[in-house]
Parts: sequence; C-alpha cells; structure tokens
Amino acid sequence: MDRQAMAATVRSMALAIADANPEVGSLVLLGILRRGRPLADRLAALIGEVTGTTPPVGSLSTTMYRDDVRAGGAVPAHKGHTHFDFNVDGRTVLLVDDVLAAGRTIRAAMDEVMDYGRPRRIQLACLVDRGGRELPIQADYLGYSIATGPGEWVYVRLNELDGEDAVLLQCGGEPVEPEQEGA
Amino acid sequence: MAEANQTVWTRKDLIGIADLSRGEIELVLDTAPQFVAVSQRASGIKKVPLLQGRLVVTWFHEPSTRTRSSFELAAKRLSADTLAIASSTSSSVKGETLHDTLANIEAMRADIIVLRHGCAGAPHLLAAGHASHIVNAGDGRHEHPTQALLDCFTMRDSLRRRLGNPEASLDGLKVAIVGDVEHSRVARSDIHALKKLGAEVVLCGPSTLIPRGVEQMGVTVTHKLREALADADVVYSLRIQLERQAKALFPSLREYIKLFRIDAETLKFAPDHAIVMHPGPINRDLELSTEVADGPRSVILQQVTNGVAIRMAVMHLLANSAAARA
Repeated sequence: MDRQAMAATVRSMALAIADANPEVGSLVLLGILRRGRPLADRLAALIGEVTGTTPPVGSLSTTMYRDDVRAGGAVPAHKGHTHFDFNVDGRTVLLVDDVLAAGRTIRAAMDEVMDYGRPRRIQLACLVDRGGRELPIQADYLGYSIATGPGEWVYVRLNELDGEDAVLLQCGGEPVEPEQEGA
Repeated sequence: MAEANQTVWTRKDLIGIADLSRGEIELVLDTAPQFVAVSQRASGIKKVPLLQGRLVVTWFHEPSTRTRSSFELAAKRLSADTLAIASSTSSSVKGETLHDTLANIEAMRADIIVLRHGCAGAPHLLAAGHASHIVNAGDGRHEHPTQALLDCFTMRDSLRRRLGNPEASLDGLKVAIVGDVEHSRVARSDIHALKKLGAEVVLCGPSTLIPRGVEQMGVTVTHKLREALADADVVYSLRIQLERQAKALFPSLREYIKLFRIDAETLKFAPDHAIVMHPGPINRDLELSTEVADGPRSVILQQVTNGVAIRMAVMHLLANSAAARA
C-alpha cells in the first residue's frame, strides 16, 4: 500500500466512524503507541472535516497491561506513556492501532481504559488486520485485511514517524520490527 | 521522544549502586516516568497489574516511615500483595537468624523482599543464598540504592524542565552534598550514582563528618559552604543524626547552624537556578531553614513522589525481567 492508497483508506475509515457515531461530541480517540497515535490524529482531523467537530485524541501505552510481561516476557521498552486529558466516563472510546493480530494489545488497551473510567462503549479501528487472532476481538473499522502465514510479517510505516506512508509485507526471516507484532 | 535504552535488566537483586553500570541506572530512570504517570492519574485507578498476584514483603530492622511506606505504596500500585515485618515483631528478637527468618518468609512464597538492616552487607548475605528478589532499603552505613535512584531521577527531571530539553542528562551537573557524609548511606549511594552519570560532586561539612580518603571516589571536599555552593546546580542537604551527637562530632549545634545550615542567606551563594534536596526526615532549622525547606527551590516533596515511581520501576524490573529469571 502506498501513500495515496493509505490516504484513501484512512479517509474511508473516518467516514465510516463519523457515520456510525452521529453524536461526535461524545467520541474520543485513543491511539495505541506508537503508530496508533498518528493514525488517530489523522482520523480525528478527517472526522472534524466531515462533521465540523474534531474529537479529542490521546495516547495509550499498553506495555504495563500486557499479559506477556507478567509471564516473564521482555521488560517493556521506553516507547512513550499513556496521556490524555479527557474523561472517558460515559463516552465512546475509539481505540486506534496500526496492525491487528493476536488481539492481546487490544485486550490490554481495554483493561487500561477501564482503569480510567467507564466508557459507554469501546470501538476499535485498525489499519491492517493480519489475522492470527488468539483472543475473540475484531475491528469495527478496518482498512485492509491480509491473511498472513507463519514467517510473514506486516509493517505499517507512517510519515510522522518513519518519513513515508506504506504498508509492507515481509515474507520469511525474522521480524525486523518486533514491536508491531504484539497486536 | 528518547530512544529506547538498549540495556537489558539481568539482576535478581538490587543491593547497591556500586554494582550497577551507567546503563542499568539509566534503565531504571527511563522506566520510572511511566510509573509517575500512573501515580498522577487524575481520574481512575492509580494501579497497574504488573505484579498482580505477587507477594512483596517489607522487612525492616530499623525504624522507617518514609522508605517503608514508599515501598508498600509502590507494591500496591503494581497490584502486589504486601506484608510488613518489623524487627520488633519478628522472631529475630527471639534469636532466630536472618537466614532462618528469610527461609520462613520464602516459605510463604514471597517474591520480593525489601530489607532494611543496621548491618552493612545484610542484604548481600541474604541475596546470595535465597531465590527471592532482595531489594536493599538501607544497610548500615553502606548503601541506600533506591534513594540514590530517586535523587538522580529528581535531579534529571528538574534539569530537563529547566532546560526544556527532554534528553538532558546529568553529565556535567554540579551537586553539592552538605552535612553528615560520614554516617550517610544516602550520600554513599548518591556519590556512586552521580559519578557514574557524569556529575561533579562536592562534599561539604565539618571535617569529623567527612570520611577520610573519600576523594578516592572522585569527589572534591571543602569545609566552606560558600565554596561548595558556588556554581552548584543542586544543593543536597543531609540529615544530622542527632542521636550520634552524643559522640560530639562537632562542637555545638549552634556552630553547625552558623557554618553549614542552608538558609535564605547561604543559599545566595548558589546560582538562582539551583534546587534544594534532602532525603528526610528534616531537622528543621538545623540542616535547612523552614523558609528554604518549604521554598520554591525545594524539590523535597518531589523526591518523595518520585520515590514511589522509582521503587515501582525497580520492583517491576526485578520481578518481570525474563533475563532476571534465567
């Protein structure tokens, strides 16, 4: 996927989100660090263009809620912190991530959001679903779906962090950016 | 955003700063901000599940309010269960050895044991023979590693705010440590940490309270407060241990106040940006005037707040690192 294709995909996701959430005033976006945050910013801006109301955006770091940490996995790297300055009580929280895979990041994200309050509902937007689910979680708004097999890895690259917009598929070898594979 | 620290935590225990590399110290400091954010949650639950189901035992053979409550709160904010054992209520008063008491605590499936002991080396002795993660919460005059880590974190955080640079390090920072260095495990750990992080350290106090040969640790010594505070970015005041004054280590408290107390007048020797720190508890108007202790340059309460985050980071790194389990 190149820059234009990604722009079109993100726009269509924003339209779907705006369509499904007529009460835009109660919508808040939480981008899962790292690449979920710039995606959330883009979606919020596009929702603002369509509806005239730009929902607030925050960042969510799920590292302290991951089940693989408690199982003796790697200590989380320094990838930024959860930060948002709005209340989630009674609101629609839209979680935004780049790659959806096992579903464990999203479970961790939901646990964390619940520690901040009681949203009316939680929705999920992901740019790419690469399959391989280990938990019963699915995206409400999805850009692309790619069924990957063993040894295949999906990387999302975003202009804000990587200097380009692209979705790349790696076949074979070790993953070069393992941080995106915990989803 | 800062690049990820590439250091991997491999230690089972935290005994002293002298054992740690600069990378390990920075790993703790870089891990702590996410725990500061947990404690600062304006709404919601100030807890994360990183130590859910684990047991943290605080085992204190010396009186302590601040350090023990800080560790307990840190453990609770990591969702651990906590058990406090005080020396006065433990079987050590009945003659049980440290090893036997620890074996019994371990038999209750304790994961982390936070030990304070009056004898230097006690945590090291226990760490060698037991599977639990041992955290030294102060041993004799030896070390108080988590205090040094929270001090360095507070200095770095203050420096980064002042400079508006989230990448600023302690390299080249000048820290003046004033007071009873001789009896201070805090000073010893702070010196180790600050030197490893590239800071310049000046010690100041009566000659009876500065250890002989301390210059071998890479610090300079002066007995003149004005000299110590000149160009200092941090003024770190140590507690005078009044209980040791029976040994008459300086002529009188009045003289100490005259020569070494940090008050509004003496603080003028330091640059305007200098911050004031103290490990607590403060003997008000002896080491620090109330005006300075409660003044705008004091970060003493930030040290307390940061202490919880640092202890969360330490316990998390010890208990959750795959490398530490290997």
